[in-house]
Amino acid sequence: MTIATFPPEPTPEQGWGRYFGFCTDAKVIGIQYIVTAFFFFLIGGLLAMVIRGELITPASDLVDRAVYNGIYTMHGTIMLFLFIFPVLNGLNNLLIPTMIGAPDMAFPRLNAVAFWLVPIFGFLLMASFFVPGGPAYSGWWSYPPVSIQNPVGHLINGQGMWITAVALSGVSSIMGAINFVTTILRMRAPGMTLFRMPVFCWTALAAQSLQLIGLPALTGGAIMLLMDLTFGTSFYRPEGGGDPVLYQHFFWFYSHPAVYVIILPVFGIFSELFPVYSRKPLFGYVYVALASFIIVGLGLIVWVHHMFPSGVAQWMRNLFMVTTMLIAVPTGVKVFAWLGTLWGGKLRLTTPMLFCLGGLFNFVFAGITGIMLATVPVDIHVSNTYFVVGHFHYVIYGAAVMGIFAAIYHWFPKFIGRMPYEGLGKLHFLLTFIGANLNFLPMHPLGLTGMPRRVSSYDPEFTFWNVVASLGAFLLGVSIIPFLLNMLSAWIRGPKATHNPWNAIGLEWLLPSPPPEDNFGEEVPTVISRPYGYGSGQPLVEHQDEIERRLALQEAAA
Amino acid sequence: MTTTTLQQPGAPAEHEEHPKHNLTGFIIFLCSESVIFLAFFSGYALLKTSALNWLPNGVEGLEWRMPLINTIVLVSSSGTIALAEHFKNRENMALFRGFWLMSMAMGAYFLYGQAVEWSGLQFGFTSGTFGGTFYLLTGFHGLHVATGILLMGLMLIKSFIPGNYKGGEQGVQATSLFWHFVDVIWIILFLLIYVWQ
Repeated sequence: MTIATFPPEPTPEQGWGRYFGFCTDAKVIGIQYIVTAFFFFLIGGLLAMVIRGELITPASDLVDRAVYNGIYTMHGTIMLFLFIFPVLNGLNNLLIPTMIGAPDMAFPRLNAVAFWLVPIFGFLLMASFFVPGGPAYSGWWSYPPVSIQNPVGHLINGQGMWITAVALSGVSSIMGAINFVTTILRMRAPGMTLFRMPVFCWTALAAQSLQLIGLPALTGGAIMLLMDLTFGTSFYRPEGGGDPVLYQHFFWFYSHPAVYVIILPVFGIFSELFPVYSRKPLFGYVYVALASFIIVGLGLIVWVHHMFPSGVAQWMRNLFMVTTMLIAVPTGVKVFAWLGTLWGGKLRLTTPMLFCLGGLFNFVFAGITGIMLATVPVDIHVSNTYFVVGHFHYVIYGAAVMGIFAAIYHWFPKFIGRMPYEGLGKLHFLLTFIGANLNFLPMHPLGLTGMPRRVSSYDPEFTFWNVVASLGAFLLGVSIIPFLLNMLSAWIRGPKATHNPWNAIGLEWLLPSPPPEDNFGEEVPTVISRPYGYGSGQPLVEHQDEIERRLALQEAAA
Repeated sequence: MTTTTLQQPGAPAEHEEHPKHNLTGFIIFLCSESVIFLAFFSGYALLKTSALNWLPNGVEGLEWRMPLINTIVLVSSSGTIALAEHFKNRENMALFRGFWLMSMAMGAYFLYGQAVEWSGLQFGFTSGTFGGTFYLLTGFHGLHVATGILLMGLMLIKSFIPGNYKGGEQGVQATSLFWHFVDVIWIILFLLIYVWQ
């Protein structure tokens, strides 16, 4: 491929307007996703503050018990369907096309429709706070028979709106997944074979394949739930011959893999960032890449471990205990590879690197409690206690959200064109790391000693750890302030970023910051080696020196 | 729906669909869609095998002769649509349109037969898990048949645009794939509901 006119003319400033409209540019959609996700993150976080405020004393004294049920249900639903999934799809939109050298996603219009469904179902979910009877109150999993009660008797009720919103979220995610998979399979740069693809793309491919396989099962199950709730069928109604456990199968067949949909891209982020900030190639690249797909395969056959106390047969419990524990093997391969990457490296403790290290630390801890939970006798003992809540939040906040923050700090200069501030970033890291551990660690002793989840009052003997957890939660609440300050001020008046401020290797770092609208356009460089060639001196693409020289010239001229 | 209205003059307008990827995307969609049916099928099997009284009171079982004729018509339409596609590739547009229309008619006949069957049934949507799953499965499949007919109608209209199908236009291929998909789902559904009683 020639690079006659490289780098392309920078796209003229297009103003803020396009972020509020139907735009088909993946880089705009990516930012739309991320900003929308953080808007809902604040709402979900506020609900978490109310929950922890209620739990700081043993008595139920802050909110009504019925309101409390609605609050924890909506906290979980918002954080998963309106924060984590959209923010990851935002990163996918920004990173996949630039990392593989594609001008855009395969289906730009579908991409925009998938995004705009998010505010629509987000609005639907928020509106459910204001209907008679309040929002859904059956927990984020909406198990029947609780979720098929309609005591108010209105056709429009919180639970029905919840199911509709989740189904719409599924439609949006499927549209996204079709787009991401097609883009990765069909639009890679010349010379970029699958085994020259950055690990983030591998993990995105794995995660999106899981969406495609798992999500329709949940959608099917949710359709039946909505019919039971609204039209009086009895798929899950025992008095009509139905089976409530059937819903649990549908729900967990997707919702367990959903955890891998969340954590796999974060594995990808770790695999991208550790080499950059330790100046070494990723240890065992091929195994890290392939382990993602072993996780996909195993991840689809572990779901019954959420149902050990639900009256499933003993042989099923044994089988799913074994498959669940096997997941530790490919995951362990990855953790080993990251440690191998860090070993003897020249570590640069920038904000993104700190978030990665903190996330890895929390993830290993969550993995250990995960193995405990996979063990049938332990699981039945701690089922529905705070031990499960603690484990889950270590995975999602401790590992996934910290990984997402790392990604935002790392790629912010690339896509915004300005540098975030290191001091505020490090303060954000410190508050997040301490806050998360202070918040979620006490949940483990609480659960082991028998404190049930989803209660607004508890035995006074649990007070001490609950106070500690609540203080941690408030610290997490505060931690978001330096983050928002950093993002806003950096976006408005941060120092201009060069094309490669972290000295990283990757196609996205061979583009100007921010990249022009169609990235490389027609002049996609030919990839000639594997990613992460740190210290090898081997170029990633043909004409690499010339490309970098011209980018530097363009920057000097600006 | 247009994007160009949002773009400033001078900005490149590169973000149109990439037709060569449409088929890939569509196949991925079909794979994903089949999981919904898989979920319904396994739900049906699980509820049926664990039921104490599967059939509602007064219902003896399902009449299978009419549905069998329906099945034969629908499965044959997979053949006619393949023929249509074959003639499209040979650029014989008259025969393409003939067989294409025939497949549409066979699909419509199937839907008609389904409607006749539904109207003669003794049980409703809320008659226990049998009624619920029966109408859910046949209804959801019927929705796909209707979608298929609509897609075929769209492709038929597009065939009158001169030269539209010469440049490797993939709408026909995707529609035909969708129709085969709908047929295969029906065969499984027929075995599950009418044969396994």
